[in-house]
Amino acid sequence: MEFPTDLKYTNNDEWVRVEGDIATVGITDYAQDQLSDLVFVEVTAEVGEKLERDATVAEVESVKAAAFIYMPVAGTIIETNVELYDEPEIINADPYGAAWMFKFEIANPVELDELLDATAYEKYCQEREH
Amino acid sequence: MTEPLVYEISSPGRHALRMPEVDVPKAPLPEGLIREDLPLPELSEIDVVRHFVRLSQLNHGVDTGFYPLGSCTMKYNPKLNEDTARLPGFAFTHPLQDPETAQGTLALMYSLQEWLSEIGGFAAVSLQPAAGAHGELTGILIIRAYHKDRGDEKRTKILVPDSAHGTNPATTTMSGMEVIEIPSDERGNIDLDSLRGHCDESVAGLMLTNPNTLGLFEEQVREVIELIHGCGGLIYGDGANMNALLGVVRPGDLGFDVLQYNLHKTFSTPHGGGGPGSGPVGVAEHLVDFLPTPLVDVVEEGDEVLPPLYGFVTPKKSIGRVKSFHGHFGVAVKAYTYLRLLGKKGLREVADFSVLNANYLRVRMRDVYHIPYDRVCMHEFVAEGRWEDAPDIHALDIAKRLMDYGFHPPTNYFPLIVREALMIEPTETESLETLDAFVKAMLEIAEQARSDPELLKTAPHKTTFGRMDEVKAARQLVLCCWPVERDES
Repeated sequence: MEFPTDLKYTNNDEWVRVEGDIATVGITDYAQDQLSDLVFVEVTAEVGEKLERDATVAEVESVKAAAFIYMPVAGTIIETNVELYDEPEIINADPYGAAWMFKFEIANPVELDELLDATAYEKYCQEREH
Repeated sequence: MTEPLVYEISSPGRHALRMPEVDVPKAPLPEGLIREDLPLPELSEIDVVRHFVRLSQLNHGVDTGFYPLGSCTMKYNPKLNEDTARLPGFAFTHPLQDPETAQGTLALMYSLQEWLSEIGGFAAVSLQPAAGAHGELTGILIIRAYHKDRGDEKRTKILVPDSAHGTNPATTTMSGMEVIEIPSDERGNIDLDSLRGHCDESVAGLMLTNPNTLGLFEEQVREVIELIHGCGGLIYGDGANMNALLGVVRPGDLGFDVLQYNLHKTFSTPHGGGGPGSGPVGVAEHLVDFLPTPLVDVVEEGDEVLPPLYGFVTPKKSIGRVKSFHGHFGVAVKAYTYLRLLGKKGLREVADFSVLNANYLRVRMRDVYHIPYDRVCMHEFVAEGRWEDAPDIHALDIAKRLMDYGFHPPTNYFPLIVREALMIEPTETESLETLDAFVKAMLEIAEQARSDPELLKTAPHKTTFGRMDEVKAARQLVLCCWPVERDES
């Protein structure tokens, strides 16, 4: 299982890549492994939409379960990855790369400090294994 | 043996029956509604009978084998139910005929309303909702109407524990309100501290499944109800798991304001292909005026000679109709029959034996299957379908392998708060021999998971079709009823 160290993580199993004031979000390797084969993805938020932290942005569905993807911190959606709609299996194959789900402009960078780093997130995943 | 599609055994010009000569004047269909391009299969009667009998033999039902599908209460449905539902007086009543000419039908509906009220501890019951989730929606709309009627329009949130039925959040969303998820604590109860943090004047109510989807009785149910009532919210009870409570606890006495009964689970009417369902809603005194219209009531008292006259009435502030006519009446007849068969004592025994059977399985399996909330359960329990020394085996593999033993798999991957969940509900109608055979199978499968994991990964082996490609089925939604192009290779 991979936990890239250049990313930040949430308790809801999203990863966040911060580049300047832009954040890119997807679901983690652990999340895709737990969900197993993804069969459906939809980003329900729209480009230009201003959202608070924890607001629902997307929905995913696997053969096992459905899950929501939330805003890791407040911001404005600037781009969504519609490629995933036709090929949700990308999430299983490349969770940290081609399977990014949406990008947003960070409203309040201070909030980023509350996200987990790779070590803390890996520990959080291990705790749930038992 | 496989069975072709009905289209594949079609032959042009073949037919099963001849329509009788028309004995009324012909009325032409409106222009444009007649189509020539609708390909219907053409078969003789023997083709049709054999096709459907063969399909029925490929199926697994309560009448063919054990069906421990958690949260679905797949109990045996007495065949007497089918007889009574087909009595001509019930089967041929027309919903639009004058109620005075359908008094037997109305008397049955009235009695069922009264009995369900008594069983749940409520003031009144509507039989209209078509099934469980429809009952939930009806109940939540009643709660919304109640707040609105009091001018309390800021209540827009419904709290839903993470151990609730999956339909609860969906219901809330359908009703236009916002879902707030409440976590469970270590014992599988609602986390009271978290609940307290959400109790304010924006709360319309809480949806409580009790026993919850872990099969556990909410130990702090009184505290939960007091908290919600304390902030002005109402308690919606998901009665899908009522089987464990019959004759033991009345939700109305605990303080529940609304609850749906699943006649198709608790009260022995066929479901899951044999349906339809039926989800009557019971309410406490302060919500009676909001029930859907119409209800059956006594409109003229009887006396020593004449029986009472039953009719339809509309509650004063009714949320309106939620279903055409009067709900699934045939299902109501079956549930009524079941209640008459069991009586008060029998009903209590249903609860006792459903709980006993579930606990028997839980205790016999606990050394081999990890049970994360391992305390005395109600009518069902949730085990984990995974072992550290069998890393490739998942709940799905265990479920598929069970089919080789002739058992329907338990519900898997639900509730979401248990890893690789296997949710097992034996019901009260199963014998000790059946339960023992199931345990034996589960223990053997656990051994096979270590000794021959491939046997599980490729299961089932003894069914007509082997492992289905569930991913492909979910990703490629091609639902085609036209003649399919056959691959002749």
